[in-house]
Amino acid sequence: MADLKVKLGKLQLKNPVMTASGTFGYGTEYSDFFDISRIGCIVVKGITLRKREGNAYPRMAETPSGMLNAVGLQNRGIDHFIKHIYPEIKNVNTNIFVNVNGSTVEEYIEVAEKVNDLDRIPGIELNISCPNVKEGGMAFGVSCPAAATVVREVRKVYSKELMVKLSPNVTFITEIARAVEDEGADSISLINTLLGMAIDAESRKPILSTVTGGLSGPAIKPVALRMVWQVAQEVKIPVVGMGGIMNARDAIEFFLAGASAVQIGTANFIDPTVSMKVLEGIEDYLNRHKFNSIYDIIGAMTIEG
Amino acid sequence: MKKFILDLIVKENEHINEDYFVLKLTSNDKLPHILPGQFVEIKVENSPTTFLRRPISVNFYDKELNELWLLIQIVGDGTRKLSEVQVGDTLNLILPLGNTFSIPEDKNARLLLIGGGVGFAPMLFLGAYLNDLGYRCDFLLGGRSEANMVQLNEFKRYGEVYITTEDGSMGEKGYVTQHSLLQKKQFDMIYTCGPTPMMQAVASYAHKRNIACEVSLENMMACGFGTCLCCVTDTVDGNLCVCTEGPVFNITKLKWQI
Repeated sequence: MADLKVKLGKLQLKNPVMTASGTFGYGTEYSDFFDISRIGCIVVKGITLRKREGNAYPRMAETPSGMLNAVGLQNRGIDHFIKHIYPEIKNVNTNIFVNVNGSTVEEYIEVAEKVNDLDRIPGIELNISCPNVKEGGMAFGVSCPAAATVVREVRKVYSKELMVKLSPNVTFITEIARAVEDEGADSISLINTLLGMAIDAESRKPILSTVTGGLSGPAIKPVALRMVWQVAQEVKIPVVGMGGIMNARDAIEFFLAGASAVQIGTANFIDPTVSMKVLEGIEDYLNRHKFNSIYDIIGAMTIEG
Repeated sequence: MKKFILDLIVKENEHINEDYFVLKLTSNDKLPHILPGQFVEIKVENSPTTFLRRPISVNFYDKELNELWLLIQIVGDGTRKLSEVQVGDTLNLILPLGNTFSIPEDKNARLLLIGGGVGFAPMLFLGAYLNDLGYRCDFLLGGRSEANMVQLNEFKRYGEVYITTEDGSMGEKGYVTQHSLLQKKQFDMIYTCGPTPMMQAVASYAHKRNIACEVSLENMMACGFGTCLCCVTDTVDGNLCVCTEGPVFNITKLKWQI
């Protein structure tokens, strides 16, 4: 049996399969379907300092091999999470990360401080890449100075695993990656959704209430794979790959490109048990190729020869 | 209610006309209990343009026969592929999803079920369910023309059926809210499912007369079980997911201009 344990900074995951924020609720929504404690790490829905209603309906458009969403970080705020959701999920026997969002640096800091006090939350995913909010969000993730500032300030107040989620909507992904590594990020996750849009030809109107939204699903996998590969070569900290993973083979491609762990996102909507199938498929692959550890395939793509 | 992911067997694929078909599904195991108003998320195979599952309202559920019906309108490639399944094929479903209609305590309550288009689907199941519980109900069914008037013989088993068509090809000409039944008879509760403008007209009619009214919404959704947050509707309690807090809403909860 191959060893599936991976390390993100000081934190060890029992396996490298994570679920992506915004696609897995708070985890418990999936308990009817399988034992969610088998997942290496659950990243819960993005949380902000105050309650957000999100954007108006319609927020979703199906596209070839993917979907656009413009949810806009609907959530009930960090205090509601601490009081009502944390007690429900804190005994789930795996790692749970909170996806932290803000409109300002101060809001990121305040949410991170509150999460730092939660014993059973070993890490946060700092979301500087949400494309669907008017203020903050992706604005922090598309400029090196802005990304550096928010990571530096959150690092001061947050002592556990700090993962930073990058936006693909940039010219040079490696520069942003290096900026967040330099400011003390423990790991980097990428990619968040690609900015896109959809038009209803009959009504001559945009489908989404916000006109533009974030594209996810297999349509973005080649872009994600390229960015993970570029970033993994550029930084020393672990990289967590995501973008259109639908099965174990997709996940293995991300490991070969240099990812230390993967996140499953949109696929959860179509097959709620997909993360377990990915996990089992990775194990099969390692055993079939007689690898002893997941580390044997991380960054193992060879170009020459 | 616990949700399941199941491979169900196609027992019958009945093509009503070129737009509508009914899939009758069963299983070798006992089907989970399903309530009227609830829906399933069905996986579509072999349709490159269909990425997500399709949410389909349950049209009928028979515990004894261990059978579940889905009335489906062909609108795109996904529903077309579903229309081509053969008896004996299996389909992967997530079920049961969503809430149900509320049932009045008074067994003599005068109940009206209004359906439009493919919104007929949950009205048949609700009518059958109410009938089983000993209630009487009337059905008011509307559509563009006679071709939209599907499953009439099924509806007739459970109550009186009144019809409007926009072109007058069957029943009274006009919209459901213009039907003479509404002048002749008083109702205590109205349930409706259909196109949004129709449901809003029904809601407005009910609101003005102080009649309790529940509507079943059909917002676009990605997951169907409360995690994508795409299918929200604006309510007095803020944005709520149609898939988990609905699809059935009392009109007093919605922020419709009625």
